[in-house]
Amino acid sequence: MAEHETAARHRTPENPGSEVGAFLRRRREQLAQRWADEPLFRTVFTVARDEAVEAGRVVVDALAQVAGHGRVEDPADPGFTVVREQLSRMAAARARTGLTPSRVSTEVDALRVPADELLVAELPDASAEHVRACTTALTVLMGTLRLVVMETALSEGEALIDRQRLQLLEVATPVIRLWDGIVAVPLIGTLDSARSQVVMETLLESVVDQQARFAILDITGVPTVDSLVAQHLMKTVAAVRLMGAECVVSGIRPAIAQTIVHLGLDLGTVITRASLADALGYALRRLGADIVRAAPGGAQAR
Amino acid sequence: MSAAAAGVEARLPIRSDLDLVRVRQHVRQASATLGFGLVEQTKLVTAASELARNTLVYGGGGEVEATMVGDGRRAGLRLTFSDRGPGIPDLERALSDGYTSGVGLGLGLGGARRLVHEFAIDSTPGVGTTVTVTSWTARAPRPRGGF
Ligand SMILES: Nc1ncnc2c1ncn2[C@@H]1O[C@H](COP(=O)(O)OP(=O)(O)OP(=O)(O)O)[C@@H](O)[C@H]1O
Ligand SMILES: [Mg+2]
Repeated sequence: MAEHETAARHRTPENPGSEVGAFLRRRREQLAQRWADEPLFRTVFTVARDEAVEAGRVVVDALAQVAGHGRVEDPADPGFTVVREQLSRMAAARARTGLTPSRVSTEVDALRVPADELLVAELPDASAEHVRACTTALTVLMGTLRLVVMETALSEGEALIDRQRLQLLEVATPVIRLWDGIVAVPLIGTLDSARSQVVMETLLESVVDQQARFAILDITGVPTVDSLVAQHLMKTVAAVRLMGAECVVSGIRPAIAQTIVHLGLDLGTVITRASLADALGYALRRLGADIVRAAPGGAQAR
Repeated sequence: MSAAAAGVEARLPIRSDLDLVRVRQHVRQASATLGFGLVEQTKLVTAASELARNTLVYGGGGEVEATMVGDGRRAGLRLTFSDRGPGIPDLERALSDGYTSGVGLGLGLGGARRLVHEFAIDSTPGVGTTVTVTSWTARAPRPRGGF
């Protein structure tokens, strides 16, 4: 085996890449026809076979171009640029039917077989070494195609997650009207920069809409208050004030209170209450609508 | 590796906001596993959040390694944040409250130092930054045949 390989080096074609490129251009039509019957193309372009064939031609052209550049191993080759979007749409269509990424990858890999067969059929008189050099170049090229598809599929997946995150941002920040002139947002989960921006905007909007005089930010459901979260809270408080309302932060749990002190955060100017109920009581009293209590002393912080 | 170490020891990447969430979740769970009380857990998670964010924002990304340590009497959690970013030219200034080269409050480093029992920082301009923090549980852990 090893001997063959060293001996073969002298007889390998100068540039197997460009030879594969030329082959792809010659066999463009046959290959596109064969690919149209492969699952990847057949299941995406279900309405008209013509479309599948046309999509196949575009991919063959791209591969021929990449091979012609002699860069069969380079997923960043500009030859892929024109097909990237099409490939991404195909992979996404397959993923939507419930296919795992590895199955999609296998389907891309399956395209290699017909290409390989056509290539070998074209070289009946060539030496074994020559054939091997060409099929190796083709294999590498098809592997690169697979990489390109997976890359685009992944970034598609990331875009999907981004969209879902965006949707979550919106549903996760309901502003509740607690009373005439009092609105509240119960914050739940991570208060990152994007989320806190949404919180601030929705809160300010409802302060205006409801002509609220008090806005309560309840952080019972926020697991960690670090300097960034604190900064977001303080910005929101300041913005609410600018709208002419007063902001109360409630739900600071004891462990978080201690942590805030160690962190060195100064919430001095921020009105805080232990619970949402306490914050509501505070706001009601300030509005002159005090709560009548059945038992005295019930106002203590919980 | 003991059963406890299995849920504690980890090496996590810090490359995105989502990684910060994962780091916090891991530290919370690891410190609970080791028997830290709620206040200490919260302090550790908050310190980790600060340091991980610095690794991401200023260090350009990196990783954190969580290890279980013991001094024979107590169990501890050690977190090592490392990046190959620009480094910190003036450590004292960086540690002082209110100093920020960005848009933060400048409380992260100093705050993290106050939130843990041991704090060490090693930074070389042009090479990177490593911050190591350790906190110890109040009580001795249940015997487990050594760490
Ligand atoms: N890993 C790091 N690499 C390079 N520089 C750092 C690193 N960590 C901190 N610094 C520098 O130290 C400064 C102080 O950090 P610190 O965490 O205290 O404040 P901050 O991140 O600016 O604001 P905050 O943490 O309050 O949001 C930073 O502004 C930055 O210049
Ligand atoms: Mg910081």
